[in-house]
This record gives sequence, C-alpha cells and structure tokens, in this order.
Amino acid sequence: MSKEILLGDEAVALGAVHAGLTAAYSYPGTPASEIMEYLLRINGRPEKFIAAWSVNEKTAFEEALGASYAGGRALVSMKHVGLNVAADPFMSSALTGANGGFVIVAADDPSMHSSQNEQDSRFYAQFALIPCFEPADHQEAYDMTREAYELSERIDQPVMIRLTTRISHSRAGVETRAVHPKNPLKSGKRESWTLLPHLSRIRYRRVLDLQSGLVRTSDESPFNKLELNPTDRSFGIIASGIGYNYVMENYQEADQRPSILKISTYPLPEGLLRRLFEHVDTVLVAEEGAPLIEKELIGMFGIAGKKVIGRLSGHLPRAGELTPEIVRPALGLSALDRRDCGEKLAGRPPQLCLGCPHTDTFKAMKKALEGHGGAAVFSDIGCYTLSYFPPHNAIDSCVCMGASVGMAKGASEAGLHPAMAVIGDSTFGHSGITALLSAAAADANMVLTILDNCTVAMTGGQPSFATGERLLEIIAGVGVPKEHIRVITPLPKFHEANVRVYQEEIAHQGISVIVAVRECLEEAKRKNKAGGAQ
Amino acid sequence: MNSIRRQDIILAGVGGQGILSIAFVIDNAALKEGFNVKQAEVHGMAQRGGAVQSHLRLSTGRIWSDLIPKGGADLILSVEPLEALRYLDFLKPQGRIITSSNPFVNITDYPDQEGVFARIREIPGSVVVDAEKLAKEAGSSRAQNTVMLGAAAKHLIVAEDGLKNYIRVLFEKRGEKVLSANLKAFELGRRAGE
Repeated sequence: MSKEILLGDEAVALGAVHAGLTAAYSYPGTPASEIMEYLLRINGRPEKFIAAWSVNEKTAFEEALGASYAGGRALVSMKHVGLNVAADPFMSSALTGANGGFVIVAADDPSMHSSQNEQDSRFYAQFALIPCFEPADHQEAYDMTREAYELSERIDQPVMIRLTTRISHSRAGVETRAVHPKNPLKSGKRESWTLLPHLSRIRYRRVLDLQSGLVRTSDESPFNKLELNPTDRSFGIIASGIGYNYVMENYQEADQRPSILKISTYPLPEGLLRRLFEHVDTVLVAEEGAPLIEKELIGMFGIAGKKVIGRLSGHLPRAGELTPEIVRPALGLSALDRRDCGEKLAGRPPQLCLGCPHTDTFKAMKKALEGHGGAAVFSDIGCYTLSYFPPHNAIDSCVCMGASVGMAKGASEAGLHPAMAVIGDSTFGHSGITALLSAAAADANMVLTILDNCTVAMTGGQPSFATGERLLEIIAGVGVPKEHIRVITPLPKFHEANVRVYQEEIAHQGISVIVAVRECLEEAKRKNKAGGAQ
Repeated sequence: MNSIRRQDIILAGVGGQGILSIAFVIDNAALKEGFNVKQAEVHGMAQRGGAVQSHLRLSTGRIWSDLIPKGGADLILSVEPLEALRYLDFLKPQGRIITSSNPFVNITDYPDQEGVFARIREIPGSVVVDAEKLAKEAGSSRAQNTVMLGAAAKHLIVAEDGLKNYIRVLFEKRGEKVLSANLKAFELGRRAGE
C-alpha cells in the first residue's frame, strides 16, 4: 500500500483504525492531542468508527473500557499526567481484562516541553502488569498498534503504547496495510468484569500467571532485536524506544557498531538480555524517560562481574530527554564540530496572545487585590498559566488539573486571605466541579474565577464541556449562592466595573465564583477561517 | 564516500509565522522525489508567540534520529533573524543561514538589531532577505514564510517544481488569491536568494 507522511500520533491512530477500531476516546493534552484530532479528521474516509473527546481522561478511559466490554476494539489516548487521572480504572482494567482489544496510549513529555512534570508511563504498565509497546519510529508506531490489538485479544488484557514527545510530534513516511474488519459485538463475562473481592482474586491470579508467557512473547517479538558484534566483548548497548535512534544516529556505518539490543516491548525480554550480558562486560542503557530498565537490571546489588551504566551512573543525565549529542559521550565519542552559539540570546517564552481575554481578567483581579498583602492566586492548567510571566506576574501556583479550587479552599481554611482560585472552563469541567462542590458545601471563604473562553485553547481549540449556560447551571447546581455567581466580560472598557465585582466578592465572607466570559481569539479566528459562522 | 544524498535543515521562527507550512511543502516534495523524510516539530505550549523550531531531515538512506545532532545541520532556514541565531550550535562548520531580515519584536529585551545582523553575516554564505517587503509585493504580508522557502529553493536538494506543486496543494483550498500570492512570494524569494 501507499506511503504517507504521518505524525507519530497519527501513525498510532491510523494503526488503530486499520486494526478495526470500534471506538476511541480522549482528553486533549500535549503531546497526545493529535491522536484524537486525526481520528476526527479521517472518520468516514472511508472507515467509520466512534471518535470523541471526553470530559477528562478517567471518563475517556471508562468509555473505551465499555466499548471493549461490548466486544469492540477500543482506544483511549492521553498525555502522561492524564494517566494519573485515569489511574483508577486503569489499574482495575488489568483485572477485568479486555473483551474487544483495548489499547491505552500514554504520551510522555520528557524535558517537560508542555507539561508540569516528567513521568514515565512504562512504570504504570509495569505497575498494572500489562504489556507495553514503545515504538522507535513511525512505522513501528503503526505496526505496534495493530499488533497491540492482536495481543490484547489473545491474552484478554489491555495493552499500553507508550509514546514520547519526539515521536508523537515528528513526521515520517508510513506504509499501511489492509484493514482488519470490525469485531462483532459480544459482551464480556460478568464473572470477569465484576470486581468483587472473591472474583478479583481469581482475576489477579490470572494476571500474575500471564507474566512468564509475556516475557517469552517479548523474547520472540520482531520489535526487539539483538545484534552482537562478534569481535567486541567489552561494550554493549541496550536502547529502548526512541533512545535506539539516538544511538544508531551515532553509528552510521554498520561495522562501527558495538553489540546493540533494541527493546521495544515490555515486560523485558529476559532471554535477549541474558545473551547480551553473556557477550559483553559493560552495558550502557539508553532509554527515554526514567531509568526503568537500568534499575531493573542492577536491582540493589548489581550484576556480578558486569558494569551497567546509564542515567543512574551519571553517564547519561538523570532528567530530561535524550538527543543524539547527549548520547555521544556515553558511547565514548567526541562531540561533532559545530558553530558556537556565542553569548546567550534573549529568550522568547510563550505568552498570552495580544488581546487575550485572560489578560483583562487578571488586570481586574490584580487591581482589586492591591492592598491585600496576604493574597494568593492558585492557578490551574491552561493558557492562563502563562500569566505567571511578566508583565502579568499574576499567579502563585499551578499543580495539576483542578488543583486551584481545592488548594484555595485549603489555604483559606488555614487562614490565608484573600484565597483566589483561577481555572479555565474546560479544566473546571475536567477536575474542578467536585472540588467546587466541596468548597460550596463548606462555604469556604474564597473567590474562584472561571475563565470561560468557550474552548480548550492551549491544545488547539477542542470543544469544552463546561461552558456558557451549562457552566452557570453547574456552579449553581453544586450549591454556590446565586448572588455570589458573578458574570463579567473581560474587556478593557469594563475594567472599572470588573474591579468592583472582584472587590465585592473578596469582601464577601464565603464562597464566590466570578465567571469571566469572552471567546478565545484563536478560536474565533479558526471559526472564521472555516467559514463556520453559526 | 558513499552515494547517499542527504540534507538536514533547522527551520526556525516565532509561533504563528508558518514554519510548519514550509516543512509541509519540503517534506511532501521530498517524499514524492523518493527521499526518506523525518521532521520533528514543536506543538502545545511553546506555540503561543514563543520560539519554535522544526528539524527537517531528508536522505536517500536511512534516517535514524528525529532530531538533527548539534553540529549536523546543513542549513538554518528562519523566518526571523534572532531565531536564526538561536540554533547556531546545530549548524555544521560549513553550514549556512538563510533568514528573513524582519525582526518579530514581542519581547522587551530584543537585542540590538545591527548586532543580530552582524552575527548572521559572520556565517559565510548567509542569505538575508526582506521577506516582509517581498510578501507585500506578492500580495499577502502573511506569505513571508513562502518567500523564505523560495529564498532557500536553490540550496535545497529537492527539485523546485516539487516545491511549487506542494505550495499549490497547501494553498489552493484557501482560494485563488491566496494561492497566486504564495506562488509569487515563492518566485520573488527565489530570485532574492540567488
């Protein structure tokens, strides 16, 4: 079949479609958003399937799990921290198993290009005892997704595909294959899917019993490859996922290569590892993310007579993504000749767009907070986090989706005043509602601002669930008194009026919610471009 | 020496300047011509008016890394002069810069512009093009990215006709006016880059 240029994210999405996808769900988050974006774009051309954004990753996960229960092949995709949100159903899905093939895509963001932390989703797969694929290139991203569905149905278990930013967001040619037909519907067995303790124990035993077979599957997998250099018995390399590319980049000529074991499936291929260790004395582990393989190999006491080096030994940096040049010294190679960057250039950090509604909201809030030395503004995940930078200098925290609301309540109850929380409409829908329910029930002395720009702006304008009238009804519905739900329009011409609203609600002893409503400028532009005047 | 033909290009600019459109055109033209292609780009947070870059790798042989190694780039193609300098350590000693001369000033500490140009001129073979002027002349001030693609055309290993084909693919859905402005922008850039 033909070769087309795809993002790594798109290669996974197309792999799922060609595997006979029934339904896919997701919540936007860099670097995973493009999986669902692509599915929405190609739906019906010609394959038809369900593809939808969900209100958060936990919901998306459960929706996909339901599709698997019903017998269809299901996909759920998210960024690494999204899997924290979905961790509850994720861990239990290892026990329910997969009726229709169930593939979970977690896209990690080492070096935190667009994330609040760096975490390695392979640990989650290991934690839940489910298999994990880690593609090194785009063809593998496509092929492995297809294979993941086969494996998932063969062993009645969910399977993870772990991506990282550099494969999610790079493009390369991919050859596609014939489309697998969709599964007919057939419900799961109630004794497998009802996790009552006496049934769960049986299911857990089953998961444990699968493990040795999965190690054999890894040993035999075409995605893992051991190439021994017969003459060099001193040095060998284990490279996983995209780390393999960075190693190979530095050995363009095949005859220069030491022994290399490429690992792309988990649990680890013990037989291949044993053969490499029998062959060489020192092994470098080059893996993208955390030192999972390295740590598993050395345990607490190491391997007698062998040396394992990598991120833990300091031969590679402990944090951040790998690159071709970061790997070079660990391979014993000197840096390439290059031009000097000279003196440090002025940085150009991302910033709120000119005319962004958030700017006007923060201006009004800051003005109202003048003279309140003890104030703290707990912010959340979204474009508005950029108001940390000058000239705004408007926020004091950003932790995870929804944290702003609970943190403001806790800080207020500890005695901090004024306790301000700021969250976007989509993030509020994702994880803020339950926290507001809690704050309203306690009538916490805090002011929550919900920035309703009618979209998920940061990730490119996906639909928001908690916007407009529905948002106002939710706020009232969780018990915020009507007179303390204030709607403002963040525009320069309303600045004085908006400051007064903030002053009044700061003075109010109890819960207040200020909803700042103005559409995202980028979103408005996109609609114009699409001719989508509604 | 083997006969592998390859070219590694760093595309640079500020979020919103359209470097991914340049990448789309080069990628597809190269693939059509039979090259292997890998192109790493930046999405998400960094796109909001921040520095953006894309690593574009073309080769008749196998391409391993999605990222160009520091010291490996043949060319930095930039839509903004300060951004052209940001990735200098990716450039091979004999690599060149092709950049627009039009600063995008959205930061308070933008350096002295003469100093920026002086550092660009230190790189032998560098090409500096007034993309803003040429884009306006072509009929669309937004076509500065296409002007820069034209300016680089002579220095790319991809055939010019292929580039023009994919400019058509990219812009024809936005109407005849936008398409013809971009084709003209490419042509004006190509002449300026010679």
